[in-house]
Amino acid sequence: MTEPVLVVRDLATHFATRAGVAKAVDGVSFALDRGEVLGLVGESCSGKSVTGFSLLGLVDPPGRIVGGSVRLNGRELVGLPPRELRRVRGREIAMVFQDPATTLNPVLRIGEQMRLAVVAHERVSARAARARAADVLRRVGLPEPEARLDAYPHQFSGGMRQRVAIAVALLHGPAVIIADEPTTALDVSVQAGILAEMRSLVAESGTALVWISHDLAVVSALSDRLAVMYAGRIVEEGPTALVLTAPRHPYTAGLLASLPSQAEPGVPLRPIPGQAPSLLRIPEGCAFQPRCPRAVPATCRVAPEPTGGPLRRARCHFPLTLDPAEAA
Amino acid sequence: MSDAFVSVAGVSKLFRPALSVGDRIAARLGASVETRPVQAVSDVSLAIRRGEMLGLVGESGCGKSTLGRLVAGILDPSAGRIEIDGAPVRAAGRKVTTRVQTVFQDPFSSLDPRMRIGEALTEGPLAHGLVDRRDATVFARDRLAAVGLDPDMVGRFPHQFSGGQRQRVAIARALAMRPDVLVCDEPVASLDVSIQAQIVNLLLGLRAGGDLTTLFISHDLGIVRHLCDRVAVMYLGRIVEIGPTRSVYEDPQHPYTRSLLAAVPRLEAGRAVFTPAVGQIPSPLDPPPGCAFHPRCPIARVPDPCRSERPLLRDAGGQEAACHFAG
Repeated sequence: MTEPVLVVRDLATHFATRAGVAKAVDGVSFALDRGEVLGLVGESCSGKSVTGFSLLGLVDPPGRIVGGSVRLNGRELVGLPPRELRRVRGREIAMVFQDPATTLNPVLRIGEQMRLAVVAHERVSARAARARAADVLRRVGLPEPEARLDAYPHQFSGGMRQRVAIAVALLHGPAVIIADEPTTALDVSVQAGILAEMRSLVAESGTALVWISHDLAVVSALSDRLAVMYAGRIVEEGPTALVLTAPRHPYTAGLLASLPSQAEPGVPLRPIPGQAPSLLRIPEGCAFQPRCPRAVPATCRVAPEPTGGPLRRARCHFPLTLDPAEAA
Repeated sequence: MSDAFVSVAGVSKLFRPALSVGDRIAARLGASVETRPVQAVSDVSLAIRRGEMLGLVGESGCGKSTLGRLVAGILDPSAGRIEIDGAPVRAAGRKVTTRVQTVFQDPFSSLDPRMRIGEALTEGPLAHGLVDRRDATVFARDRLAAVGLDPDMVGRFPHQFSGGQRQRVAIARALAMRPDVLVCDEPVASLDVSIQAQIVNLLLGLRAGGDLTTLFISHDLGIVRHLCDRVAVMYLGRIVEIGPTRSVYEDPQHPYTRSLLAAVPRLEAGRAVFTPAVGQIPSPLDPPPGCAFHPRCPIARVPDPCRSERPLLRDAGGQEAACHFAG
C-alpha cells in the first residue's frame, strides 16, 4: 500500500465568539489515498464544511485552527506561512464551493479567470493557459469549450457554472479536491450529470476527492468511504456500502431511519428525537448521548474513543453491529 | 372530474418583465418597445379531491411555485379559472382569502422576527373573527400543542426556535385559519433529514385527519412519494403526467418523468450508472414547438408528431400523460 496523499490528525478548529468558544471541528482524523473518494456527511452545524475549509487553511477569524495536523503528500500544512500556503492552495489542493454564482467573478470572462488561476502558479504564455483552460472545460463535459472561454459567468446555467468551478479546481491537476455541497443547489437531472462526470474524472486523473454533503444518497453514489460527522467529530467511518447497510453508530442508524426512501410510503418515519446541540454547548462525553436510544448515562458521560480497525471505526460505547471477525 | 374540491381549469399565467427606465421613456415618446412575456404556467387543468394530498413536482423554473401561488389566490391567473368547492378562490372584490393558507420553504423569513409566536398564531384568526380576543392565549397554546410543540412557548420569539420548530409554527399558523386548502411550497427543503422526518410525520398526521386538501409542491421526489396520494409532474409550465403516486413512480409513462426518476440518487443503487437526461431545460421565454420535451427526449420522432403537434394529457397506464407515445 502506498502512502496516503492526505493525512489529517486530531484537527481542531474553534471559533472564539462573545458567547463562548464554538468547537466547530474538534479532533477530526482521517486519511485519503490517491484517487479515493471520501464522503463527509453530516447535518447543519456538524462541522463538515469547517473541516473542509480548515484543510486549505481558509478559516477566517474569529475561527482558528487550534490543533492537529494536515499532511499533504507528507508536507505539514497547519502552521505554514500564508505565502507558502498560497502556493499549495489551488495547485496541490483545490476546493469547489456550493454556490458557483459566488465562486466566479461576474465581471471577468471565464477564459480570463482561468488564465489568472493558471499563471498564479506557473509561468506560461497566455495562449498555453487558454489551451489548458479549454482542455479542462472539455473534461468536465462543457460543450464547445473554446467558444465558451469568452463568455461571462451569467451566460451559463447553474449546472454549467458548477462545471466551470470544477474545471478551475482541475487546472493544476491537484492531488486533492475538497468539494463542499457542490450539487446541493442544482436540480436532480443536472446533479446526475455532474456526479457521473466527477466519477470518471477522479478515476482517470487519480485525484483524491473529499465530497462534503448532507445527502446520504448523493454521497453513496460517489464515494468509496464515508465519514459521518456529529457536533464537530467523525462518529463513524468506513467503506460506504458497509456504513449504509450496517451502521455502527446510533446516529448513522438514526439518519438512515429518518429517510423516506427507507420506509414504505405513508408510514410514519422515525426521526431522531431532539435536535443537534449548539456548538457552544456540546454535551459532555458523547455529544449524541441526549438523543441516543442506546445511551447509558453513566458510561456515556465519558467521551468514547474510536474503536474498530483502520478501515471501519466508530465513536460509541455501544456500537450497533460488530464485524464477525471482531466479535470472535 | 365531478368530485373535484379544488378545480383548476385551463389556467395560464404570463409574467411581463418590467420596463427599464430607458424603455419607459422610449415608450412615452411613442417608440414601440417590445417585451417578451414569460409563460410560467400554460393551460393547466387539474382537480384535487376533498381530503387529498396532491404532489406537484418538477425542476427549477417549471412553474410549480407559480401554480401554487395561483391556487392560493396570491396571484391572479392570466387565463382560466380556479375554484374551491365551486366558488372562486377569492370572493369578488376581496383581496384576501382565508380558505387557502400557504406554508413556505423558509421558516426564517416567513415569521416576523419581532412578533411573539403566540401573537403570530392569533393575528389572522383575530382579524377574521375566528377567535375571540379573550380566548386568544388558550387558542395559541392549543395550536402549538397540535403541531407537537410545548404550549408554554407562546411567549417566545422566532429566533428562539430551531428550523424544524419554526416550520411547525408556520404550519400551525396556516392551520389556525381553519383553511379548506393548504398549499405547501417546499416545506421541508431547507431542513436537515432528521428534522425533515418530524415535519413529514406531522403532515402525514394531517393527511390522516382527512379534512384538509393539500397541494404539496416539492422538488424532492422521495418526500412526495412518501406523502402524496397523487402526483403531478410539471415541465416548462405544463403538466406532463398526473396520476396516483404509486402508479406514476412504478410505471412512469412520460419520458420526462422517467428521466427525472432515473436521476434521483438512491441509497440502494450504490455506485450504479446514472442516465442523466441530455441537454438542459429550455428557456421558458422561448419554449420549443410541439412537445416541449422533444429536444431532450430519447424517444422523440421529429418533425412528426413531436415537433409539430403538442400532445395533450391522455389515459396511459393508471395515470394520464402528455406524450404521443404514452400508453
